Amino acid sequence: MNEQPKLPDLNTPPRPQLDHGGPVTDANGNLQVLGFKSVDAGHETTQPLGHSQAATPFKPQVKALILTGFGINCEEEFAAAYQLAGAEPTIVHLNQVLHGHVSIHDYDILNFPGGFSFGDDLGSGVVLANKLRYRKNAEGRTLLDDIKQFIANGKFVMGICNGFQVLVKLGLLPNLSGNVTPEVTLTHNASGRYEDRWVRLKVNPNSNSPFLKGIESMEVPVRHGEGRLIIKGEETLAEIEDRALNCLAYTDFDGSPTDVYPHNPNGADLNCAGLTDTTGQVFGLMPHPEAFLSLYNHPDWARRKRQNPGLSEEGDGLRLFRNIVEHVQSQTAALPQEASQFSS
Amino acid sequence: MDATQRTIQLLLKPGQHDGEGHRVAEAAQRHLGLSTGRVQSTALYTVRYPLSGEQLRDFATHCLQDPVLHDVALDEFRHGAQYKSYILVAKLPGVTDDEGISAQNALGDFLNQPLDTHTQHIFSKRLYFLEHELPESSLRRLAEDLLGNKMINRFEVGPIAQIRDYTPRPGGGAESITNTVPLVGLSDEELVKLSKDNLYALNLEEMRAVRDHYTSIAEERQAAGLPQDPTDCELEIIAQTWSEHCKHKEFSAVIKYRDADTGEEFEVDSLFKTYIKNATSEVDRQLRANGNDWLIKVFSDNAGAVRINPESLFVWKVETHNSPSAIDPYGGAITGILGNNRDPLATGIGGAKLLFNTNVLCFGNPEFSGTLLSNQLHPRRIFEGVRKGIEDGGNKSGVPTVNGAIVFDDRYAGKPLVYCGTGAVMPMQLAGLDSWEKKIDAQDRIIMAGGRVGKDGIHGATFSSIELDETSPATAVQIGSPITQKLAMDFLILATRRGLIKCSTDNGAGGLSSSIGELATISGGAVVELEKVPLKYPGLRPWEIFVSESQERFSLAVEPAKMAELLALGQEMEVELTDIGYFTSDGSLDVRFDGESVARIDMEFLHNGVPRKVLEAEWTRPTAQEPALPANLDYTDVLGRLLGNLNICSRESVIRQYDHEVKGRTIIKPLMGATGQAPQDAAVVRFNFESWEGVAVSNGILPRFGDIDAYDMSAGAFDEAVRQIVAVGGKLPNLSYGDGNFWSVNDNFCVPDSVYDPATNPDGKHKLAKLVRMCQALRDATAAYCIPLTSGKDSMKNDFKADGVKISVPPTVLYSMTAKIEDVRRTITSDFKQADDVVYLLGETYDELGGSEFYQLFGELGANVPKVRFEEAKALYTLMGQANDNGLIQSCHDLSDGGLAVALAEATFGHGFGADVELSAGLPVHIQLFSESHSRFVATVAPEDVVAFEQHFGPRATRLGVVKPDSQLTVRHGGQTVISASTAALRHEWTNGPVNRLIGFGQHEATQVS
Repeated sequence: MNEQPKLPDLNTPPRPQLDHGGPVTDANGNLQVLGFKSVDAGHETTQPLGHSQAATPFKPQVKALILTGFGINCEEEFAAAYQLAGAEPTIVHLNQVLHGHVSIHDYDILNFPGGFSFGDDLGSGVVLANKLRYRKNAEGRTLLDDIKQFIANGKFVMGICNGFQVLVKLGLLPNLSGNVTPEVTLTHNASGRYEDRWVRLKVNPNSNSPFLKGIESMEVPVRHGEGRLIIKGEETLAEIEDRALNCLAYTDFDGSPTDVYPHNPNGADLNCAGLTDTTGQVFGLMPHPEAFLSLYNHPDWARRKRQNPGLSEEGDGLRLFRNIVEHVQSQTAALPQEASQFSS
Repeated sequence: MDATQRTIQLLLKPGQHDGEGHRVAEAAQRHLGLSTGRVQSTALYTVRYPLSGEQLRDFATHCLQDPVLHDVALDEFRHGAQYKSYILVAKLPGVTDDEGISAQNALGDFLNQPLDTHTQHIFSKRLYFLEHELPESSLRRLAEDLLGNKMINRFEVGPIAQIRDYTPRPGGGAESITNTVPLVGLSDEELVKLSKDNLYALNLEEMRAVRDHYTSIAEERQAAGLPQDPTDCELEIIAQTWSEHCKHKEFSAVIKYRDADTGEEFEVDSLFKTYIKNATSEVDRQLRANGNDWLIKVFSDNAGAVRINPESLFVWKVETHNSPSAIDPYGGAITGILGNNRDPLATGIGGAKLLFNTNVLCFGNPEFSGTLLSNQLHPRRIFEGVRKGIEDGGNKSGVPTVNGAIVFDDRYAGKPLVYCGTGAVMPMQLAGLDSWEKKIDAQDRIIMAGGRVGKDGIHGATFSSIELDETSPATAVQIGSPITQKLAMDFLILATRRGLIKCSTDNGAGGLSSSIGELATISGGAVVELEKVPLKYPGLRPWEIFVSESQERFSLAVEPAKMAELLALGQEMEVELTDIGYFTSDGSLDVRFDGESVARIDMEFLHNGVPRKVLEAEWTRPTAQEPALPANLDYTDVLGRLLGNLNICSRESVIRQYDHEVKGRTIIKPLMGATGQAPQDAAVVRFNFESWEGVAVSNGILPRFGDIDAYDMSAGAFDEAVRQIVAVGGKLPNLSYGDGNFWSVNDNFCVPDSVYDPATNPDGKHKLAKLVRMCQALRDATAAYCIPLTSGKDSMKNDFKADGVKISVPPTVLYSMTAKIEDVRRTITSDFKQADDVVYLLGETYDELGGSEFYQLFGELGANVPKVRFEEAKALYTLMGQANDNGLIQSCHDLSDGGLAVALAEATFGHGFGADVELSAGLPVHIQLFSESHSRFVATVAPEDVVAFEQHFGPRATRLGVVKPDSQLTVRHGGQTVISASTAALRHEWTNGPVNRLIGFGQHEATQVS
């Protein structure tokens, strides 16, 4: 502090501008979406965000709620994914939902991003799942009560990495019994290490989940230390397979499911990378599709682009988000609404 | 067991793989030669909170137990019948226990009660059972060497029939009293002893200055009702403010330099001013003259800031955390990275969003098999602990670790070097104000935000300013809590955008004393009410509260009118905020406890009263000569050995444990290609999802060249960082009017004690001369490339003394560079892209094998150290930027350790291509292959672009050969094949080098295993 620079710091007046990371308050001055963050890293551009061509103004707006706070840290790319897919993402601090300032029922898709919620010191996702199950709001309801209602209303829940761990520890996945108790778990990788590496996934062709419609395989990064799915008991395992809830499998280079490290990075049962519930509305996976929104996220992008200069600049991961957004749009459009006559 | 204390034990169910127990057994055998038999690991939670038996059981089974994995035992230590010994690993009082706090959080949710998480009610421990009956000494060794660190852990060991429990009870120490320390009339010897006994780290002259100051103001103090002698708190504040760590006394000293070879003599009036600040001022003048006015804030804040575009700033800071990492590698490194994160976060008003981390690490040989000195940790253990600290510090904060470097040299075996870097983005305006400005007015409140204060880290600032020895204090160790900081960070981002904070700074070295002491210079004074500071536990003296370096804290300046809104936001986001006083303009730092004065210091004396040092430097060129090498070397074999060499081999096992792509913006990662094993030169990160603008990040560090000439080492390190950015497609700054192409560089000097002392440091003058030469090279490099420094740090006492032996690091400088990338889609990766592409060498090779990895293979140093030819280099880099604009370059890899041969091999690692290369006549083949001459690249060009490429580069490009589809690397010279190897075999050598074999696959510090 004692060193004052000789450089004139003040002769570059910046253009004044609004920061869109601020709060929104209602007429009474109550914070509406406290914790909302803009999608970018503090840089505001004058260019509008590149929306999907498919999202015409006539299609109903799909609203995605993305939770953050307490160590969650993938909320910005999650929001970017929905935005690129033509939906309207909102990031809120978990306490906003827990304290009843934001209702999940105002949204179509509830999203649990990756990160290290509460530091993950008791096992990944444990403390957050515990909070959703036990912490009651002023009306005496837990957030889990609301989530059950949300699903019963035909809406969608997605969890990535730590968010998937939360859904599993909470018992929302695979939820064979229907009474939301943990049936499987995610624990330390067989290697004993956290790892960041790219994997190939094969989609279970029998999966009924709208998230995965029309997708056969995808490349995505995994970034976790506790992603090994362990399924307790042969019966549970058989039922998961029979109902095709094991919607994603780690594969080797020729596309066959594998238990060989590093293609299967954690040694999961059924080589399973992701699960859905029996309705297909709740979907979770260990890998990070939201980290592959652009071709340039892929480690081999430069060679692929050289080989095929016309290669799409979109990443594999974006397809998942397009799927669910289109699905919700078509659902909403199918309802007798004024707007439906204009949609194509 | 204590009646009010309950214990929950989690054991893996029979049939579940006990990975941790397995790794403990394996590591005990491998590293200590101890045969443990089977090891069972269990987790213990000691609950000191009134719960009924039913509540305890329900809490354990519903909240802690994973029903698929665990069995639960209550109030017992359950174990299999075959186990004979046990080891309990608990934490010492006051040590960060995130796992215990998490359990407590879960208990609060479970009971639906607000449970104060700042008083610890649940304590996490690990309890291990060993099949073999081992003597207590072996168990203790296993515990101390593999399962924890005696600086932070308490171990209980013994036969299984006699399990002793231990739960920390922090506090209960000192009363909140303030003492005075008589100075007047002390002799020189007594002054020195006082400084040493209290860890002030002040020398005689400085102690005298303090004494004389107090003598001169005796009457004033008496009139103000203050004691004549300084209080303990005042001396602590002065010691912290005047510490080398905070004041950079040696970089500000007058240095009398003499070249013993030529007899030339001159005086340097502050290294910092002469070679760093003035050089950057000159660069800025040139930039502005050419319409490039992006340099916004340099050297005057926690981090440097440059303008990306009219809306946003890029903030960049690199620091070291060496001394703590030598004592507790995990805690030292995690505190280092989290602490460095706080610098960009608290630049200007504060609230920048972190974009990425980098780290550069210097260690001793992890395969060291000699005898360690007292309290010296094994280099492998330091490496593994530091690696884990960086993993948790970055991953758990959601900040990608996008690149780094690891340098090995036996001289880092005493004190490792741990450099942590963080880049961040901040809007130019926050709530209508210039974000980079720090403004404070009298009466603004002082708010402490984030963690609480404990005894951890007392004396960190002064301690890092002295040499380490075997008696280094335990209180200097801190362990960062990423989750606490993440909460504070999220809070700061929101609060600054709402205009609730006037400015912020972080609490790092020196704690409140440093942060408030510095902020108070803006308004001209401050009043601090220490009794308000929230403590982790009672029993801290006032001075301890003021200088404690407990982590995850920010000091904020807040307008009184904004207080209510700020406090409400803190409550909502669960970040503790405490009003601990206010700023004044009366020129003094006034610290109180319950209304009683604890310290009252004149700010002018505090910040400008330190006597200036006068130091001596004397340069003699070392006598070095070029070695005679064995004739008829097999260069294929040499290449294989180089690739498997400690300083060249793959770091994949380390890299993959860092999340390098969270935030979804990383475009060039440390390892790329279809194999994910092609090493890259610089990282490239996009700023956001809306534009293709990004930033390239590189590190230049070449300590071994300093053994021949520190000037060339420093110049070479600077060039290395520049050319890494040029290799990925970055352009030099200021090439055209108003091009806006920002560069932001941090310099970090880490040198051994360079103050001459005939008895304790006889070669001090020579070491200081090396430092002067390093700084001269820095000035020349910044001027040549027109690249500005924006921030930096120096660490001056990197020596480890024990048992009468001193291990000193080689003088080391790291240049951490960032540069704007206009369009990340046009960046270039190092790996070959397609068969039949033509391979070129860009730049010129000289007979410069001095200090090379090639000579190291033969245990030789050599004399011909690589020199940087700035003019030629700049011309080449400019040509490269133009060539890339025209899409002429398909791959580009810079030449560094191991020279051309290693660069060619590495470029094949991405996809299984090979290459056919013919070296030109001219220099001898081993020089062409292995010389480490600077400013060179291997680049490939599509066949259709060859004519344009050769025309563009003219004589600067030498055609070497073509990329082959057949995974065979062939190099010819004068009709003879000199290298012929399968690239798969070369990649195997590289991948299975010592780093991947040793690190990241063994047992982590068990305190961190959850």
